[in-house]
Amino acid sequence: MRALATERSAKPDFAAIRRDFPILERQVYGKPLIYLDSTATTQKPRQVLEAEDHYYRTYNANIHRGVYRIAEEATEAYENARERVARFVNARSPREIVFTRGTTESVNLVANAWGRANVHAGDVILLTEMEHHSNLVPWQLLATAQGATLRFIPVDDQGRLDLSGLDRLLQGPVKIVALAHVSNVLGTINPVVEIARRAHAVGARVLLDAAQSVPHMPVDVRALDCDFLAFSGHKMLAPTGIGALYAKRDVLESMPPFFGGGEMIREVRLEGSTWNDVPFRFEAGTMNIAGAIGLGAAVDYLSAIGMDAVHAHGDELIAETFRVLGQIPGVSILGPPAAERGAIVSFTVDDIHAHDIAAVLDREGVAVRAGHHCAMPLHRKLGITASARASFHVYNDASDIERLSDGVHKAKQIFHR
Amino acid sequence: MSFDDLYRQNILDHYQNPRNYGTLDHPDVSAEDSNPLCGDEIRMDLRIKNGVIEDVRFSGKGCSISKAAASMLTEEVLGKTLDEVKRIGKDNVLEMLGIELGPVRLKCALLALKTLKMGVYGVRGWPGEDGEGG
Repeated sequence: MRALATERSAKPDFAAIRRDFPILERQVYGKPLIYLDSTATTQKPRQVLEAEDHYYRTYNANIHRGVYRIAEEATEAYENARERVARFVNARSPREIVFTRGTTESVNLVANAWGRANVHAGDVILLTEMEHHSNLVPWQLLATAQGATLRFIPVDDQGRLDLSGLDRLLQGPVKIVALAHVSNVLGTINPVVEIARRAHAVGARVLLDAAQSVPHMPVDVRALDCDFLAFSGHKMLAPTGIGALYAKRDVLESMPPFFGGGEMIREVRLEGSTWNDVPFRFEAGTMNIAGAIGLGAAVDYLSAIGMDAVHAHGDELIAETFRVLGQIPGVSILGPPAAERGAIVSFTVDDIHAHDIAAVLDREGVAVRAGHHCAMPLHRKLGITASARASFHVYNDASDIERLSDGVHKAKQIFHR
Repeated sequence: MSFDDLYRQNILDHYQNPRNYGTLDHPDVSAEDSNPLCGDEIRMDLRIKNGVIEDVRFSGKGCSISKAAASMLTEEVLGKTLDEVKRIGKDNVLEMLGIELGPVRLKCALLALKTLKMGVYGVRGWPGEDGEGG
């Protein structure tokens, strides 16, 4: 154990980590690919690709059904992945982890299964103005179906949540407070512990959209004391099509199913059925077995680096981005100071449209996102139509930020001549 | 395609000095549309006499491709009959721009045409929307 502890305290070899990602060996337009869009999806290390490949090549079988050897191996690998995901977010039990397609499905699962049973006419759903559409539209649908009302915690001009009116917003029949742990546009790390405490004090449940926090920093559901935590595998080095919902055991037990089908039932008669135990009640049909195994491998990979080290690496890159972009006249960075954010920097450059910035960067091999990043209400509030966004993960380093800066200079030359 | 092709001189010229930019007082036709992907917005005003476009203005905000395409399109339709305008398609716009575009930027390039056709046909969902590939 002592050896392990020593290993963890040493700074990980990020140059070696970068070499684990085969895609970074490729070139675009004759230039090395610099991938700065990890907020949209991360690249995958060899270890994750191999875990998925190994499943398909050597023990591909359906889970929880067959009694033969490879079916047992597949079931064990799938449930091992659930255990590792549970440990990764410090859940009390693997039974508190439901595999889903990703954050969007996790939020929809809660809005439908928990929401339809608990949110009724006149009730209130409290969100924030900085939500990704995936943590906004499911609640709009629920509110319309049930006759409930939506309220929003406002965002101030620094890109922080304005909690000055929170007591008023929490008055009345507020059933759930659903918000981003880390904003996918501004990078703001929200004070979710305080919000959860105050929400619980009025009897509301709390859902955290952790799509941008679980991949980048230590997340402990017990410390956060959230009722639900939704996140995506593909944003944390795992394959697409797999993600998870954490829910407190008693809340999960109380919820009716969302999807009906095989595996989620205990007993089926023609006229009705009884439900399986959690989490299987919420995993109807054949799940993304390979994806779950890949997610388990990604959790192992991140755990070996250490989430504190992943977080510190992101902080260093953000500080460097602020330093470098801050030297370019006309660049405005959206949101709070470097010290208060995840590994995300959205910015504008004078009046140059974000698409044009991204197109120039693309020709330099640098992949950034341009647009409203699935947060149209937030961009409307900020008074801009679109922004460019650079975001990082373990495979990025300071040289990537230099290339970003070169590209922004080039865009200014082209559009300001 | 090289970098210089993407930002050809004519695209930058139309972007920086857009032709027929602004609005018309009492236009016969005015149509607005937006591209939800990037928040681009465009408005097309037309003055029509005897089925011929006598005057045209565009306004809005967008990237270089969407603005240049709108600017070029206004030059193209001025003096044309509505029937002629209805025949303008995706390929004509790409020809004006002189570049090839991927599916995302294609929507930028075609926003002006889509808005113009909405105005000319007086309906949403103009016939040219199919097969846009994006």
